[in-house]
Amino acid sequence: MNRIRNNLAGAMVLGIPLVWILLFMLLPYGILATYSFWVKSYPTFKPAFQFGNYATLFTDPQYFQVLLRTLKISALVSASSLLLAYPFAYWLVFRCRSQGVRTWLYLAVIAPLWVSYLLRAYIWKTILGTEGILNSFLIWSGITDAPSDIFLYNQFAMVLTLTYIFIPFMVMPIYSAMERIPRNLTEASADLGMNPWQTFARITVPLSMPGIAAGFTLTFCLSFGDFIAPFLVGGPDGNLIASVIQTQFGSALNWPLGSALSIVMLIIVLSIVSLSDGMERRGAVGV
Amino acid sequence: MAAIIALERISKHYSKTIIGVDDVTLSVEDGEFVTLLGPSGCGKSTLLRMIGGFEAPTHGRIHLAGRDVTWEPPYRREVNMVFQDYALFPHMTVGENIAYGLKMGGADRATARRKAAEALDLVGLPEKIDQKPHQLSGGQRQRIALARAIVRRPKVLLLDEPLSALDARMRDQMRMELKHLHEKVGITFIMVTHDQEEALTMSDRIVVMEQGRVAQDGRPQDIYDNPASPYVANFIGTTNFLSATVQSLADGLAGFAAAGTRIDAPTDRALRVGDTVTLGFRPEKARLLAPGQDASTCLEGPITEVIYYGLGLRIAVDLGAGQTVFVDTLLPDTLIRSDIPKPGSSARIAIEPHNIFVFPEGVHP
Repeated sequence: MNRIRNNLAGAMVLGIPLVWILLFMLLPYGILATYSFWVKSYPTFKPAFQFGNYATLFTDPQYFQVLLRTLKISALVSASSLLLAYPFAYWLVFRCRSQGVRTWLYLAVIAPLWVSYLLRAYIWKTILGTEGILNSFLIWSGITDAPSDIFLYNQFAMVLTLTYIFIPFMVMPIYSAMERIPRNLTEASADLGMNPWQTFARITVPLSMPGIAAGFTLTFCLSFGDFIAPFLVGGPDGNLIASVIQTQFGSALNWPLGSALSIVMLIIVLSIVSLSDGMERRGAVGV
Repeated sequence: MAAIIALERISKHYSKTIIGVDDVTLSVEDGEFVTLLGPSGCGKSTLLRMIGGFEAPTHGRIHLAGRDVTWEPPYRREVNMVFQDYALFPHMTVGENIAYGLKMGGADRATARRKAAEALDLVGLPEKIDQKPHQLSGGQRQRIALARAIVRRPKVLLLDEPLSALDARMRDQMRMELKHLHEKVGITFIMVTHDQEEALTMSDRIVVMEQGRVAQDGRPQDIYDNPASPYVANFIGTTNFLSATVQSLADGLAGFAAAGTRIDAPTDRALRVGDTVTLGFRPEKARLLAPGQDASTCLEGPITEVIYYGLGLRIAVDLGAGQTVFVDTLLPDTLIRSDIPKPGSSARIAIEPHNIFVFPEGVHP
């Protein structure tokens, strides 16, 4: 009894998060996993143990296509975030001379995170729509004479919106990885005869790899599970896996199939996370 | 021998009032070991970084082996630098670190590796070629940094406080190794340090810097025995200072009144009778007089402190008027301990005239 009282603080510190994880993460996932083996029997579901739901996912091209499309969109979002964020972070860390400018620009990247996600997705609807800012500008400047609907409701709009929303998660890890690169390493590289491009390729890029891996993982996984942007700007061929899951649990009333989809998605996300974790670990050695 | 580095009136002004380096002209001969010595903020590191090309001077020119390199970037200068905290690339092995600069020189893989191995042999760590820098100790990293810098056979090797990150024992050892390495490879070394002992033991020539300017430039012994100013005298070694007035001048020998007595000292400075000067002498070049002994120049006062430092004693003597001087005596025989003077007893100090420095104008040690 005494021992328990003595270790009460320790037990609380360890116990509360443990209970939390158990109750709100492991238990729901367990339930989800269980559901994924059940069978649908309209209007409810019957307990069972069979792989029919998973088989459907991989044989019905409808689901497989959605999965591929989601992978493609997420990869594109990560790639375009990287292309934008990397030069930006590089400039902030290595080229920007004013501490004030650096702080403000970094803040400008983070600030949108304080604005509602929904609002940020909706902004692009008002920019890209037929009545939107882009079309108004094109008509006003005389480039086109009728509003065009090619900007909104397609995969391009989705990639654009998701990149805009998730790019802070690419900038932040890359920025901090670059900040950790000692300045004298680039100087040493120049000293040993490398021009700035060679130094960039052989020192800066390899040493910022942990940041790239972290940013890629974050943006990829966040885009992978997104269902608001596809709903707002995605259009008919913008169905992503998360929206399909939503439908299965909602209007389609097929929880077992939705659960199976969720589990597949979970496995994909977890493998990406562990893959990049390994990369970060290797990159972190000796830094 | 030709000058390998010629600095021509180099200045670095950060702003109108903040001046890093102020009008330095310096010429370094091929194969020399030159040390830039001074306290932090004296501009010695900035000067070194300008030679390396990491900073641009605001005035003046830098010539390397006769070529004007003032505006050349570091990667187009045939100089290499050993950085203060070594700057080894953490994602590469020791071998890759050393061969890093060779690949650009057009060397193929095998040649690069062979040259890296040779450089490692030179610093005595041939077995570390496939390890990563984080697996090495500080001293080993230091040697790898050296190997990486000399493997390209630069015209000049720059060393930025190369020993400051090492512990005392390692530092002593590396000091000798660096000196031997310099003799072995025959490359010009320019080292920056704030450690006077390092400068004295390793270099052919010392350039003492003070507030961005060269305070004195000469061989270690010349600087130690003939410091140009109280600043130099105080920065290299320990010096006792006394304020004095000129009383007589004859044949290069001046007579001074100081600490209530007369002190003679040879000087080639232009002095007039009545001038105020600062006299200086080294504690180890003065000696305590035994009772009954006499000397031409003799300072007297009570002993205020006796500091034992193993090798000998440092004795503080109060000369009155707020002037305290130190005298060192060695203890060469373990048995003779009875004559260690006691604080409070009176002491007489003798100094030979040629051991006295004469600095015109007031004291600013």
